[in-house]
Amino acid sequence: MLEVHSVSKYFGGLGALKEVDLRVNEGEFVGLIGPNGSGKTTLFNVLTGVLKPTSGKITFMGHDIIGLIPDKICHLGIARTFQIPRPFKTMSVVENVMLGVMFGGRYSTRSGEDARQEALRCLDNIGMKVTEATMPGELGVAGLRRLELGRALATRPKLLLLDEVISGLNAEEISEATSVLKRIKDEMGITIIWVEHIMGPLMNLVERVIVLDYGEVIAEGTTSEVSRDERVIEAYLGAE
Amino acid sequence: MKRLANLPTGILLFILLFVIIFPFAGLPLYFTHTIILIFIWGAVTTAWSYMGRFWMISLCHGAWVGIAAYITVLLFNFYHLSPWVGMWLGLLAVAIAAGVIGYACFRFGLVGHYFAVTTLVVTELVALVIIAFRDITEGRLGITVKPLGTAPLYFQFESKVPFYFMALGLLLLSLYIWRKIDQSKMQKALTAIEEDEVAAASIGINVVRNKTTVAVVSAVIAGMGGVVYAQYIMYLNPVTTIAIGASLAYVFMAIVGGMFTLWGPLIGAIIITGLQEYIRITFGTVLMGWAWVGYGFIIVVMIIFLPKGLYGTLIETLHKRRMQKAARESATP
Ligand SMILES: Nc1ncnc2c1ncn2[C@@H]1O[C@H](COP(=O)(O)OP(=O)(O)OP(=O)(O)O)[C@@H](O)[C@H]1O
Ligand SMILES: [Mg+2]
Repeated sequence: MLEVHSVSKYFGGLGALKEVDLRVNEGEFVGLIGPNGSGKTTLFNVLTGVLKPTSGKITFMGHDIIGLIPDKICHLGIARTFQIPRPFKTMSVVENVMLGVMFGGRYSTRSGEDARQEALRCLDNIGMKVTEATMPGELGVAGLRRLELGRALATRPKLLLLDEVISGLNAEEISEATSVLKRIKDEMGITIIWVEHIMGPLMNLVERVIVLDYGEVIAEGTTSEVSRDERVIEAYLGAE
Repeated sequence: MKRLANLPTGILLFILLFVIIFPFAGLPLYFTHTIILIFIWGAVTTAWSYMGRFWMISLCHGAWVGIAAYITVLLFNFYHLSPWVGMWLGLLAVAIAAGVIGYACFRFGLVGHYFAVTTLVVTELVALVIIAFRDITEGRLGITVKPLGTAPLYFQFESKVPFYFMALGLLLLSLYIWRKIDQSKMQKALTAIEEDEVAAASIGINVVRNKTTVAVVSAVIAGMGGVVYAQYIMYLNPVTTIAIGASLAYVFMAIVGGMFTLWGPLIGAIIITGLQEYIRITFGTVLMGWAWVGYGFIIVVMIIFLPKGLYGTLIETLHKRRMQKAARESATP
């Protein structure tokens, strides 16, 4: 489904991504981990067209997506959440999600009442209880992360990129969030790449892990393979 | 904006009736003249606020007014092409220019004051070009439309009444489009874009296309204002219709009235045009300079203390009162 061929991204002299190769198959649940500053968010930015890679090739479902503008990529079926939530603060939570419904599909004709219903269904689906009047400013971290998820899902993605959707949550909120992720994967059949620093829940859920360090893929495999990998242990110990 | 006006229908009908019989009421021509200018500037300022309300502060609406007007007038003066035909070429030129400049700015992510400054350069350039080609355009002296007396086929009338109704029609069109945009999907897209372009794009909103579209529509309506103005006044001047001063006037009108409401820009046009005309008449030549200083002062004070404009602030205050009253009533059983 997604193929990344030796993609590099340099910010001046700093290599945030160096010759990254990876592929994700349809229906997979992949974890992407790595120490701070290892290039995870940068990879998401490159995949979604926010940043143009310095070199390399990316294909998504047969489309070469390098150079496409972000909304085109969204229409092709890649949605993402932001590590630091970016809700539209002047709009209610429901309206935020409605925008995803209205603009997410390439030929989306949904608008008005239809979009509102769809947005409410979407929020319900991820277990978010809000009224029509709830504003993003009234939400805590958990709510904001959930809103990011809801707005991304509203665009009906085929591939969902999650950037730290459980960081800053308490244990109860984490278990709620992970069950939501499991549902998205199992019931909606959406392929997911999940970036997270909190290892436990991630390792429990994902089928495969990719490890980035200083912009390079240093390991890849099942959770047990990766957690035994010497370079991974070293990267994490070295970072601490 | 919920209902058409936030004004009771009765008042609205009364205003409409008043507006229709106004030019026949035998009032001094001078009043009709001022009202025509208010209609034209009200239409242009309303069009300016299609963009302004999303914080795309254009300082080149004078250029759009001027380009459409100059092309129409030059085609008539040189080729005897009726302005009814020429204006479409003028408007086409405006649409293309606004599309190209808008696309370039938005594609490279010029927002906020970077956008404002870029458009300022555009407006000055257009004025300079017109001044430079003075063999054709008469340069700084300004150009006069060749008079034909009353010639409806050539968009010329000696009476003010036809211009009154044309200007009114244009104003209504401009207000109508404001409403159409406000109710459209584009309004939602632009609101999201204004808040966070990256987030908006990530959910499939085409940032450049939405912004460029609204910029082109806004420019074309402004261009129409320019055409009506040129035919009415029969004279154009690059400094007073295009350059920075003229372009800023629309911004002032929108800010004074309030650029986030349907009626705000029109109310700003009424206040500022009224004030300008009043100053011109009352203070004559001697005190004129001081009067303009006072005018500038009033505008600065309003920008600082009433950022939502007179009308915008009024509406907001009324709304708050109503909410408080409702809250009080629901609190007492
Ligand atoms: N827009 C940018 N301009 C310059 N440098 C950047 C930019 N974005 C990221 N970087 C740098 O690239 C490197 C990778 O950053 P990135 O945000 O991708 O890391 P990350 O793996 O997401 O880290 P974290 O776990 O802290 O979120 C860092 O050194 C960062 O400072
Ligand atoms: Mg990150």
